[in-house]
Amino acid sequence: MNLKFKNKRISGILTVLPEKEIKFEDELDNYNFSKSQSMKLKLVMGYDKRRVIKEGTTCSDLCIFGLNYLFEKNLLKKEDIDAMVLVTQSPDYFMPPTSHVIHGKLDLKQDMVCMDINQGCSGYIVGLNQAFMLLEQEEINKVVLLNADILSQKVSNRDRNSNPIIGDGASITIIENDNNNTNIFGAVKVDGTGAEALIIPAGAFKMPSSNETSELKEDQSGNLRSLDNLKMKGDEVFNFVQREVPPMIENLLQKSGYNKDDIDYYLFHQPNRFMLRKLADKIGVPYAKMPDNIVENFGNASGVSVPTAITYNLGDTLVNESFLVCMAGFGTGLNWAALIMRMDKLMFCELINYK
Amino acid sequence: MKDKILQQLSEIRPEFDFKESSNFIAEGLLDSFDVVQLVAALDEHYNISIDGMDIIPENFSSIDSILAILIKNGVKNELKIQE
Repeated sequence: MNLKFKNKRISGILTVLPEKEIKFEDELDNYNFSKSQSMKLKLVMGYDKRRVIKEGTTCSDLCIFGLNYLFEKNLLKKEDIDAMVLVTQSPDYFMPPTSHVIHGKLDLKQDMVCMDINQGCSGYIVGLNQAFMLLEQEEINKVVLLNADILSQKVSNRDRNSNPIIGDGASITIIENDNNNTNIFGAVKVDGTGAEALIIPAGAFKMPSSNETSELKEDQSGNLRSLDNLKMKGDEVFNFVQREVPPMIENLLQKSGYNKDDIDYYLFHQPNRFMLRKLADKIGVPYAKMPDNIVENFGNASGVSVPTAITYNLGDTLVNESFLVCMAGFGTGLNWAALIMRMDKLMFCELINYK
Repeated sequence: MKDKILQQLSEIRPEFDFKESSNFIAEGLLDSFDVVQLVAALDEHYNISIDGMDIIPENFSSIDSILAILIKNGVKNELKIQE
């Protein structure tokens, strides 16, 4: 499905990352694979360091820390927030919505829209689409989009398939109306038949956690995980991304009237370096235009990976300059989505550590 | 060319004799992460980028299937040239 918006802008992006850092080399003994084999893989996939929360830290903690930072720096005023959307797959509770927990702890006004969206790797694009739609309302002028995930808590540390890439983090994006007269072009697609390609089988209502679901079992490749852990069918996800993302980007470029060289940056979800370079090759863009350094520095924190790629790679540059960007997310659902828009002199574009 | 492929396979999984296998995937000589490493090595050696759509286990199950993928992705068939 194609989407189109006008007169809206992103005015600021903040990424909040936990300070605890785990190195790939420190976990090699956990895996049923030779160290030399794993080290070769490190180079190709871009495994290195990842940021994870300390036990007890929640998505709401990361978001509240970041929002307080913005309030204190006078980069955001509480009374200006007309809507707050949290995209997460690791909420504090099944109920109430985590966005409401954040709302309460920050004592925000009652006259506003507040909601959670359950989305993962494409969650940044899905959240931006939601924000743009909310801004169509007369009384909504500023939307705070929160993306947060702490899925390291749900990955088996004996699963080399997933463990080396998963990081935690949160991001805060401010979206508002603007008289810039520019269009934003979007595309969003879904294939629920692939729902089990990325799944945490147990722990919700379909299969509540039990002693049985917490039992580690070895898969065909030698990875150990339980039904309470995240399970990723890597082959299926890789093939889905290579099959579906390039044509989505080509169609979106065509709809927007831009050609691929007009785009300054392709800011994509960060699953691993190998997958991103294959996408860059297929779409036909230089690696320099498609940053792929988030997994190696911070890990993949699901929907937070796109704003992390923006704040880490562009940072201050985006405060002073204007870029035409193509953003894309793809993964759990299966869901894939993209946006082409201009990012023009943001008020802030920073990455900070959670303390 | 076949020797080069065999050499790269042996570098990834030195414990196996790939000449003795009729199906690297079915017989457990290569898993999906080995295939990723092989693709990266072949891309670098032949200065190509094997299409992401071609990176499926069946295409890396034998020397002949790997050869076919290399040719499909722009590597000149040196075997044919020698003939």
